[in-house]
Amino acid sequence: MAAGSMKLKRLQHILEEIETFENPKIELEQYTTSSHIAACILHTAQFVYGDITDKCVADLGCGSGILTIGAALLDARYCTGYIYSTVYIMVLEYLKMFIFVCFICFAGFDIDPSALSLSVENAADRDVSGQCEFILCDVKQIDKSMQLKAFDTVIMNPPFGTREKGADLEFLKMAVSLATNAVYSLHKTSTRKHVISTAKQLGVHPKVIAELRFDLPASYKFHKYNSVDVQVDLIRFTWKST
Amino acid sequence: MKLFTHNMLSSKVVNGVKVGYPLRIVAKDIKISESEFDKEFVKRIISKINWKVFVNAAKQIGYGKDLSEELINNYENNEEYLKKVHHLLMEVEVMNGELICPETHRVFPISDGVPNLLNED
Repeated sequence: MAAGSMKLKRLQHILEEIETFENPKIELEQYTTSSHIAACILHTAQFVYGDITDKCVADLGCGSGILTIGAALLDARYCTGYIYSTVYIMVLEYLKMFIFVCFICFAGFDIDPSALSLSVENAADRDVSGQCEFILCDVKQIDKSMQLKAFDTVIMNPPFGTREKGADLEFLKMAVSLATNAVYSLHKTSTRKHVISTAKQLGVHPKVIAELRFDLPASYKFHKYNSVDVQVDLIRFTWKST
Repeated sequence: MKLFTHNMLSSKVVNGVKVGYPLRIVAKDIKISESEFDKEFVKRIISKINWKVFVNAAKQIGYGKDLSEELINNYENNEEYLKKVHHLLMEVEVMNGELICPETHRVFPISDGVPNLLNED
């Protein structure tokens, strides 16, 4: 898989620059991991496939997806939802540095009201409120809430189905119902075969474009283990073979 | 909540609702934000939205009085028209208000610009 590992190297190089992003709202170490992953998705989506600039992009479960898995794996009793979408907003700014005219219409969906209010605040702080919209809804039933197929691209870091079995595949089903061009999603590598067969059932063509590792350090009081490594696939789903 | 977003929303998540579209808007606070005008982008959005629903929504919140009921001919090359549509679709935001289901009259609140479509049954 030489092509795959080269892409990752290039991404990692870019990610190092992302690390220097100033973010006064970092409270949890997971945030750093999130920025890696988010930058990875967005960078690839834009620079390799052109799926972000001038497109309508939806982020499903823009709130606490990554924390859900962290908490579940590390056996936490209590966890605060973090605004995953914050990272996307930061990366939007990062992308603006590279793209002279960058127009993204971005909508974040989440079921957690406090996560969304923070997203709204962060968007305002970074002056991108005009481009971002946030909607409070149950992503698992989003096909009922959305009348139009208005989004070109859906990006997401869904709950991995550790707490609630099959959650990531439900998110995938919803993403496929919303997008017209491409869906970018993260799924545990261990479930790859199942994800691929689900994709085919949904009528989309999956392509694993990167293999990533979530390194989740123990940052909650009740965690049993020091850290856990989760191998994750970044998959791009489209309606034609490209 | 922008009018572009409103154009997509339905209340079908509520039990018994057959269509749930479009949602009626009651706007209490409106904010005008700034969004970069991109001609090609606006043209693409226009081709996606339900135009009549958009025009009615604008009127419901007190805007777009001079907006045509139907899309005008050759809108693709009419930059002034596109800018007006862009303004209404992307820059006029309902910050506080309500979205009302046309079948059950169930109210979905809009707070701080965020529409709440959670079905709390």
